[in-house]
This record gives sequence, C-alpha cells and structure tokens, in this order.
Amino acid sequence: MLDALTIALAAAAIVLALWCGIAAYRDQSTKDRHFLGMAVVTLLATVQLVVGIVQLARGAKPEQGTVIFVAYLLGAFACTPAAGFLSLAERTRWGSATVAAGGVVLAVLELRLYDIWGG
Amino acid sequence: MAVTDRKRTGSGRTRLISGPGLLLVWLYGVMVVGALSRSAVQISTDFGHAPLAYSLSAVAGVVYGFITYTLVRGGERARRAALVCCAAELAGVLVVGTWTVVEPSAFPDATVWSDYGIGYLFIPVLLPVTAMLWLRRAARPVGAA
Repeated sequence: MLDALTIALAAAAIVLALWCGIAAYRDQSTKDRHFLGMAVVTLLATVQLVVGIVQLARGAKPEQGTVIFVAYLLGAFACTPAAGFLSLAERTRWGSATVAAGGVVLAVLELRLYDIWGG
Repeated sequence: MAVTDRKRTGSGRTRLISGPGLLLVWLYGVMVVGALSRSAVQISTDFGHAPLAYSLSAVAGVVYGFITYTLVRGGERARRAALVCCAAELAGVLVVGTWTVVEPSAFPDATVWSDYGIGYLFIPVLLPVTAMLWLRRAARPVGAA
C-alpha cells in the first residue's frame, strides 16, 4: 500500500515538474490548472502521510529508522503546498520554475522514502 | 516580462526574491530543511560515528538559513551579507568536497558537502554560484532612488 503510494507520488511529482517546467519555458505563470495539479499531488501526499502514520501505529518498523521516515513523510507532505504558495506570490515564469523545482525535490524525497521504508 | 527583477518593497528595500530570486529562496529553503534536519537526526542519534561530518552538515544548514533570511529580508546590506555568505558557502563546498575526495577516511559518513554535494544533485555547488550571479545583478545602480 505504502510502496504503491510512494511510486505513484514520485511519478506524479515528475509529471508536475515537467508540466510547470514547460510553463516556465514558455514564459507563463502558474494557472488554475497547475494549482489543480498541485492539489492532486498534495492530496496524494496527505494520504501517504496518514497511511504511513497508521502503519507505524500498527507497529511497522521502517528499515532505516522511524525518525527519518517521519521526517521525510512530513517533508514530502509540505513540499508541494510550499512551492505553490511561493508561486502565488510570483506571477511570472519564475513562479512556475519554483513549482517545477518543487516537483523534482518531491520526486527525490519519494525515492528516499522508498529506501527508508525498505520497499 | 521575466526581467521585472528589482522591485521595491514598501520599506524601500531592494527586493531580492522576485523573479529568479524566488527560485533561489525556494532551493535554499529546501537545503536549510535538508541540512538541518539531517544533522539534527545524526547528531542526536549517532554523533560519535562521524562528528566532523555531522558538525559540518549543521554548519552548512546554519549558513543556508542565514542566506535564506537575508534574501527574504532584502535591502542592500542584506544583499552584501548574502554575497559574503554565498562566497563562504562556495568555499565550504569546494574545500570539504576536495577534502572528502582526497581523504575519505576523515569522513566515515557523508556530509551535505561531500563530493561537492553529489548526494544533493550538486545543488550545494551550483546554488552559491547562481546566487552570486543573481545578487550581483540585483545590485542597486548608483544614484537610483
């Protein structure tokens, strides 16, 4: 369950990064549709956070330690909204570039999460 | 339209986080969280294993934190302070990076700056260079109000 979510989130994050990267390349700011995409990614990250915590509560032990696992879960959860709010304040291509960078960061976090959990 | 770089805040400080500056702040923010949380976990759980590496990660995190703060704050003095810190950061990455390559035995575990930041997509070495270019460009023209 958690592994599937992690992989899905990594894929979604890369798609978001490409999508907003294209917007930045075309000199466009983030539009409503991009924010919808960020909302979907954030929703997935929220589900991942909840599932992860439930698994821990049930006594599961992440391979590389509970503290690191929770830290990465929280980081992954906060990543997209943080980038989204920044891009709200910067209505130029650089707002899009920021969200694109956020997507790459999230993808990296998910890869690390996969290892930490011990997929 | 991308070059509306130097706006003024209400208080008259040069804004450093418009345009490309925003992307820089975002990446610096990520590095702050990454470096500080990493070193916090490592120092609190296993400091004896690699004290030098973990301390360096913490120092890197603090430097990143200060740069992020100066960028967000804006203004000429903050810009200069950020420039100095970016130079220090670049020196840190280069020195520590070289050190880890030449003498890996000093570092039983990786730091943020190991191998020039390879574990962080080389962001630690690319970021200060980009930031310094940006900060130089954001310099206030002489005599401008």
